[in-house]
Amino acid sequence: MEIGLGHYLTLAAILFTLGVVGIFLNRKNVIIILMSIELMLLAVNINLVAFSVFLHDLVGQVFAMFVLTVAAGEAAIGLAILVVYFRNRGSIAVEDINLMKG
Amino acid sequence: MLIQALCFYLFAIVTVASAFMVIASRNPVHSVLFLIVAFFSSAGLFVLIGAEFIAMILVIVYVGAVAVLFLFVVMMLDINFVQLRQGFLQYAPIGAIVGIILLVELFLVGASWYADPNLTVSLGAPAPSAALTTNTDALGQLFYTTYVYLFQGAGMILLVAMIGAIVLTHRTRPGVRKQKIADQVHRDRRESIEIRSVEPGQGI
Repeated sequence: MEIGLGHYLTLAAILFTLGVVGIFLNRKNVIIILMSIELMLLAVNINLVAFSVFLHDLVGQVFAMFVLTVAAGEAAIGLAILVVYFRNRGSIAVEDINLMKG
Repeated sequence: MLIQALCFYLFAIVTVASAFMVIASRNPVHSVLFLIVAFFSSAGLFVLIGAEFIAMILVIVYVGAVAVLFLFVVMMLDINFVQLRQGFLQYAPIGAIVGIILLVELFLVGASWYADPNLTVSLGAPAPSAALTTNTDALGQLFYTTYVYLFQGAGMILLVAMIGAIVLTHRTRPGVRKQKIADQVHRDRRESIEIRSVEPGQGI
């Protein structure tokens, strides 16, 4: 029972798919969409770290940390936009976000 | 080896199950809590594979900051979540089709991946053996030498994100009394007190 690179890649593929499906299922709730994006970034991080460890190359882990930084910034800005939007419109349903359509 | 495999399957199953509950649970607060479980168990996977630094950063950044931020926003906004869940089953077939296609494609890519045995691997930064140094030490050597500009750039990204979030959400509400220290210091005797001569028995 040797745990190899394939096991980690399979896990990351399943996680990424769950993130994509989550965006499709929760079309109305922006908060769940943001969480699905976080899941997809986690899957990418698992891929990076798994390749980094199994190829004995540390650059993958360096890159995973940069992905993590950007994910944290993205969550902060996204939630701030969400709070401002809720303050202005009183709703966060994705269908109501059509002010730019004119 | 057996214990390692058992731990991998335990963490992997918990991660996938809680990721599924993130997208399927009815209450967004439960979604955030399942997100915390997913990140925690994937941190366990990273420890298992030997990437301790990324695992600890994952716990600190996600469980300590991002998940709390999500929880804060979910609880602060007064949203009718039942209304937001309508159409969940309507989108389920297309979501399932897209998900299955994506998963099959990813597995096909993985299955057809083949590395030429004659390939000479050129490593960007060869990992030192675990007996020589720790993972955190080796990563620190990289971050502060080769990748120092990118590291500073990551710090700038976080700074810009912080300032952006503050600028976006900050507002001055009318009717809020705030302490104005300059006004307090500028008060002098003439505008504060008044001396009157009061006639006896009359009052002011």
